[in-house]
Amino acid sequence: MTTLSDPHQDSFKLSQLIYDSRYRSMTIQAVALAAFVLALGWLVNNAVVNLAAAGKDFNFSFLSVRAGYDINQRLVEYSSDSDHLRAAYVGLLNTLLVAFMGCILATIVGVAAGVLRLSHNWITAKIMTVYVESFRNIPVLLWIIAFFAVLTESTPAPKAFRGAEPEATMWLNDAVAVTNRGTYIPAPVWGDGSWVVVVTFFLSLAAIVFFGRYAQKRFERTGLSLPTFRIKLAIFAVPAVLVFFVMGSPIGLEYPALKGFNFRGGFHVRNSLIALWLALSFYAGAFIAENVRAGILAVSKGQTEAAYALGLRPGKTMNLVVLPQALRVIIPPMISNYLNLTKNTSLAIAVGYMDLRATLGGITLNQTGRELEAMMMMMLIYLVISLCISSAMNVYNKSVMLKER
Amino acid sequence: MTNSASHDHAYVRDEMLSEMAPPPGETGLVHWLRDNMFSSVSNGLLTLVALYAIYAMLAAVLPWMVLGVWNAGSLSECREILAAKYGDTDYACWAVLSERWKQLLFGFYPQDLYWRPVLALVLLFVALAPLLFDHLPRKLLIFSALYPFVMYLLVWGGSVWVPLSVIAGFAIGYFASKIITPVAGGLAGTIALFLAPVIWWLFLAGPIAGLFEDIIPLSIEAVKSKTIGGFMISIVIGLSGIALSLPIGVVLALGRQSDLLIVKSICVGFIEFIRGVPLITLLFTASLLLQYFLPKGTNFDIVLRVIIMVTLFASAYMAEVIRGGLAALPRGQYEAADALGLTYWQAQKLIIMPQALKISIPGIVNTFIGLFKDTTLVIFIGIFDILGLTGAIRASTEWNGIYWELFIFVAVVFWVCCFSMSQYSQWLERKLRTDHV
Repeated sequence: MTTLSDPHQDSFKLSQLIYDSRYRSMTIQAVALAAFVLALGWLVNNAVVNLAAAGKDFNFSFLSVRAGYDINQRLVEYSSDSDHLRAAYVGLLNTLLVAFMGCILATIVGVAAGVLRLSHNWITAKIMTVYVESFRNIPVLLWIIAFFAVLTESTPAPKAFRGAEPEATMWLNDAVAVTNRGTYIPAPVWGDGSWVVVVTFFLSLAAIVFFGRYAQKRFERTGLSLPTFRIKLAIFAVPAVLVFFVMGSPIGLEYPALKGFNFRGGFHVRNSLIALWLALSFYAGAFIAENVRAGILAVSKGQTEAAYALGLRPGKTMNLVVLPQALRVIIPPMISNYLNLTKNTSLAIAVGYMDLRATLGGITLNQTGRELEAMMMMMLIYLVISLCISSAMNVYNKSVMLKER
Repeated sequence: MTNSASHDHAYVRDEMLSEMAPPPGETGLVHWLRDNMFSSVSNGLLTLVALYAIYAMLAAVLPWMVLGVWNAGSLSECREILAAKYGDTDYACWAVLSERWKQLLFGFYPQDLYWRPVLALVLLFVALAPLLFDHLPRKLLIFSALYPFVMYLLVWGGSVWVPLSVIAGFAIGYFASKIITPVAGGLAGTIALFLAPVIWWLFLAGPIAGLFEDIIPLSIEAVKSKTIGGFMISIVIGLSGIALSLPIGVVLALGRQSDLLIVKSICVGFIEFIRGVPLITLLFTASLLLQYFLPKGTNFDIVLRVIIMVTLFASAYMAEVIRGGLAALPRGQYEAADALGLTYWQAQKLIIMPQALKISIPGIVNTFIGLFKDTTLVIFIGIFDILGLTGAIRASTEWNGIYWELFIFVAVVFWVCCFSMSQYSQWLERKLRTDHV
């Protein structure tokens, strides 16, 4: 009975590397690795030869050189005397700003459109269908350019706000001015003691989380539920407002006002930023709407009916039965929509918004002539952002996923 | 006898009553309106708001569109006509389209050769038909396989021998493996299958094509790459990208699913890298960096470089789509293939891939729609696609300052293409769905 014994190791023949399935996978892997390393080596070698021929070296010292260009839309201190690294940082923050605001607006628009598309109101459902189909089937680049054209062509110039009988008026009680040079919104002014208000606000956010846990535990223990939403709302607003007035209103608003040829004061949001933000949000929103619709449709009607049969109210049915199941279908495509939106922020090039590509991959690259370094750095940053978003969303996805045992 | 029962009663109806009309308000327009638009107060308000929004939109846009001018040589001429006709100039000037539509579609392609891309487009539908509709004869697939070469020849022109010599490479690989397999075994045959065509293409194809061209000159007028533009370039780049990325995507998807750790990590790394960076950075790589990574002195066409990058980009997405198709196959299919004693490649070829690819077609079409829309990004590296040409037209003195007419044209062209493709993919999804919902 030696039929099942292992073949002797000393009888190893070279052909076994290919024909014996125990060794074949190792052979294939070795060949693949060798081919990969060879290909990589070939590319690197070419790059070294070409760089040498062009008289260039490969280093990142250019990042500490004075940038010498201005960035008109920025979140942090920057001047043309700052170095290229600072410029890249400003650009990165601008990219993240658009991506973050875009994801929020896209979610709001997408969920609203997706739900309304299933509405019993025929005309609303049709309008949402038109919105979804027109945004999904036209390139986002065209939308960005079109939004930008609307903002620059059809909004009044600052001088239209001048005079006793101005052609254009500011919105929201003279707080917001929409002009063809951008939109001016009030900026917060942080007075003495404003940090107390901010700290209180964050503390109440933490309190909301703790209260939610407490309410859940209490519900599980006693079966009695609290009016959680109202209490949470109260915790959210009341302490911060109270402290705000106790401290003597330390946070004020600086309103924009027309001075000379342009508005001064407040916060200047450029049209490029608004156009990019709106176009990306509405474009991604159309895709999200489809996912939301598919997710809601994927929950079978029997689930709703069963919940009603148990005596749950429609609101509770939605929150406890339909949404948790729909989210499982909605979240995975939502991740890729957020990723796409973030990557599409690089189309800022079309409207001249100073994002990462325009600073590091644009002016810095052209000024220093460091194509290789700048492009590699830019790709790496985008890659890290993408991986961060997808891993964060995957964690969330895990938490709502069906718990299989 | 028959009337015995009825004798006991005063009256028995012996004929059916005709159906009565439903009560008013339960049918027709009124009922439909009440059901679908005014079922509650809030719903009614929503309807009114929606109707007002539609009205406001149409009132603003419709006169502008309908009353526009179609015949004029320049924007100022257009405005003169409008001013003479209506007293103001707030109307569309469609004349820019009737003047420049050819340029928007074909770029700077020679006018007398327009028939070639048009013929290529018509043949494209012939080539696509057997792939898209499975009740057509399978023999048509031969033409589909040859179509890329036909398209190359029609669009770029030049010697007929160039695409023929490329095709010959495939034949050479096939015959090399046929000859070598019986002599030196399966592995050597497989190596020959890949190595022979590569040697042929790298060293022999060019000279031999040139030789044949000298002996039997068969060529049509060559067209330079930089003249190709407009909507045509979107179709060319999109199609080549998707067609070339399909085989690469299959390989990547299989690699990602395999048990071989190194192969798997290479595939995962590639896919995640490509999916993690924006397409525009890859396009800039094509225009700025590719020359660094290729042997010194290699300098080829920007359109070709873009096609390479777009192919790499699309293949990562394609791999994910096909991976989805592979994952959707029931485990039993793999096990049945193993039970029959099929090798890995036999199982892939005969059982797994035919089914997985079929499931993936809607996803492939969606990837194509995405890629097709993304081809507009080539304007940033100096290729004049349809969107880039709107800028070029606006820069000309005649049409300086014209926006919306051009944008609407571009939007309509893309919308028609993408919408019909997405309808096709939805139709296919419904057809492939086997559950009964």
